[in-house]
Amino acid sequence: MAIDLSQFSEIFFDETEELLGDLEKLLLTVNLAAPDPEDINAIFRIAHSIKGGAATFGFSELIDITHALESMMDKIRRGDEQFTGEHQEVLLQSRDVLKMQLNGLRFNTLVDAEKIAAVKMVLEAMIDPQVLMSAPKVFNAITEQSSAGNYTKCFYIELPEMAVKDLDALSEELSLLGNLIRHTDYAKKSTILELVTDTGEGEILALCSFILEPDEVKITACHSGDGDSQQAAKPAKPALESEDDLGFGFFVDLDELSNEEKPKPLPVIEPVKAEAAAVSFESSTIRVSVEKVDQLINLVGELVITHAMIAKRAEVLELSQYEKLLNGITQLGQNSRDLQEAAMSMRMMPIDVVFSRFPRMVRELSAKLGKQINLVVQGNTIELDKGLIEKIVDPLTHLVRNSIDHGIERPDIRRQKGKSEAGRLALSAMHRGGHVVIEISDDGAGLNRAKILEKARAEGNLVADSLTDDEVWQLIFAPGFSTAEVVTDLSGRGVGMDVVKRNIMSLGGAVNIRSIEGVGTITTVSLPLTLAILDGMSVKVGEETYILPLSSVIESFQPSADHIKEISGQGSVIYVRGEYLPVLPLFEIFNTPSRHLQLEDGILVVIISEDRKAALFVDDLVGQQQIVVKNIESNYRKVPYISGATIMGDGRVSLIIDVGDLLRRRYTRSSFDSSRAIA
Amino acid sequence: MKTILAVDDSRSLRQMVSFTLKTAGFNVVEAVDGVEALNLSKTQQFDLVLTDQNMPRMDGLTLIENLRGQLAYRKTPILMLTTEANDDMKAKGRAAGATGWLVKPFDPERLIAVVNKVL
Repeated sequence: MAIDLSQFSEIFFDETEELLGDLEKLLLTVNLAAPDPEDINAIFRIAHSIKGGAATFGFSELIDITHALESMMDKIRRGDEQFTGEHQEVLLQSRDVLKMQLNGLRFNTLVDAEKIAAVKMVLEAMIDPQVLMSAPKVFNAITEQSSAGNYTKCFYIELPEMAVKDLDALSEELSLLGNLIRHTDYAKKSTILELVTDTGEGEILALCSFILEPDEVKITACHSGDGDSQQAAKPAKPALESEDDLGFGFFVDLDELSNEEKPKPLPVIEPVKAEAAAVSFESSTIRVSVEKVDQLINLVGELVITHAMIAKRAEVLELSQYEKLLNGITQLGQNSRDLQEAAMSMRMMPIDVVFSRFPRMVRELSAKLGKQINLVVQGNTIELDKGLIEKIVDPLTHLVRNSIDHGIERPDIRRQKGKSEAGRLALSAMHRGGHVVIEISDDGAGLNRAKILEKARAEGNLVADSLTDDEVWQLIFAPGFSTAEVVTDLSGRGVGMDVVKRNIMSLGGAVNIRSIEGVGTITTVSLPLTLAILDGMSVKVGEETYILPLSSVIESFQPSADHIKEISGQGSVIYVRGEYLPVLPLFEIFNTPSRHLQLEDGILVVIISEDRKAALFVDDLVGQQQIVVKNIESNYRKVPYISGATIMGDGRVSLIIDVGDLLRRRYTRSSFDSSRAIA
Repeated sequence: MKTILAVDDSRSLRQMVSFTLKTAGFNVVEAVDGVEALNLSKTQQFDLVLTDQNMPRMDGLTLIENLRGQLAYRKTPILMLTTEANDDMKAKGRAAGATGWLVKPFDPERLIAVVNKVL
């Protein structure tokens, strides 16, 4: 019965990727002074597992390095050798090479053969220092598949145990005759070469006899004359005699074994149909393309909208008369929201996907810069939308790099300042309201207020000395604020910070800095959980309905006349809970007819974004609801103050207000500075 | 239907073994290491145990020794799946009480053939 092993490829790839991740974590945490034997064993097992899987599922490319790693770790495991920083380094490099090879197999990405050869050579030298002297040019053609050639013959060439350099030389020679695949049986220390070629048996034998006695080589023809090497690529195919050669054996007489138990006829194995077998094959995960998940989410979104439409129509029905129907509609609403949540959760990934790259980066950068840094990671199980995860990698990397580069000082400077020599860099993720907040904090030098102000003035900005610290830190987010020349001067922060901020804001997030000179810096990135649904408050202006993200709404109220103050020529402010807030009439912003022109007649909604507040003047509140965000940019174009659109219960389109954008643009207008003066 | 316990810390290999044996008409229960396998052996009588050697927490040889210590598993066939089928490993396997060994990597056909020999 033929079993297609390729169905396990994806599982193997996933598993290998996980193992490589584990390997990296182990390597970065292993105590070099006194390595835990369990860690050493775990590293050995990872190499062993990948090798075993690769051999089973036919990914011979991965075998070379993992085999070498296994040998190296075996020596350490047995206590023949000490685990040193050198081992750690070559293991890290090997991990990278394996990852590259894995990606090559999986996604057809570029594989750097020279790098593989280089790492392999280092590994071999570490296992057996003598190899270094005789190490031949590493033979890379092991896996050259027969995709190109139209060869007619196929041979298996069984070779005895032989020196690596001889084997490489022979393989190289043979590969000139056709397409060569090398299968190494590490258990038996023998090698079977599979050659798809046009030449005959005699010529192959002649080539081999340069190195081997003719009777040491066994050449068998594989049955596939069509050069179908995929089918022929099974190393076990050549006819082999003894059980040992078949790769199994028994310690007991099998007849005895069955006699001891109650006598029984040989089990009759009923042929199981492939379909039936497939059903019984259980797996805890299935792989689904992102498109399918998104399609599902979209459909569920439509369902939620349809429900909202039905609920809207049903509002006119008499409760006593249609109680059951109305209950049903409410139930449907609950169910579809649950369904939506479940569908959305399929797109969620733990933030560890991003965080896990930092230990390595911190290690490498701090080594390069001669700094000592302890990295602390918290909240790495917090989940974020896949789309967000992908887009947050770069900004976060930038922020972490800044902390290492310019935040944390060198050990000597830290000692002078009375700090511990090793700096602390903490990455944490947590839920806060409907947001995920990621904090990057370091106990480094902090931002230098004077230098930032100086730099800002040099750039021609008018900045007052009276600016609060927070306002000063905001300056480094200004486009073009930073230049390379500042990097060294001003503890370098600000390099590309405008880009960081723009990227985070485009995700509907915000970034904030708190810093004390000499004590440290905390950068806070706050992100929405997902980009696709939103808890919204719908408000009405004239005939239009707009949506405000609930996360940016603080409160709403009907203002009383004595709390409103007019600032001549600059609009109104409203006194709310001890502070004056600028009033932004929505009808003015969107230039749309409004029912009310007097503030007392309408409603004020207090909105907040990035610590900026304002009171938005609208005609009416309609209600709160979950809405499905539809991208407006991809369907139309970018509209100022608008982040997207949604379809309402009655089928009409409503625009979603980009509160951050609104407040940012409005705050830069001088009219609101006066309101602050009052406050 | 015969039930086989397949012990391997590698998910992909475990699934491959499991799938192969299920296709051949066996019941398969999976365990990720020796400890889990040993626990399972106390709740259920398996007709055959297939175990990997290198595993965290408890390796294959220790598992076999422990299984042989249980009355219910004194005669049960136990096969070792190992990459190192050298004399040393075979001696150890025999001493621990293994019924036989099968070298990794193996293809599905060979696994079925070997399993059919012992069951």
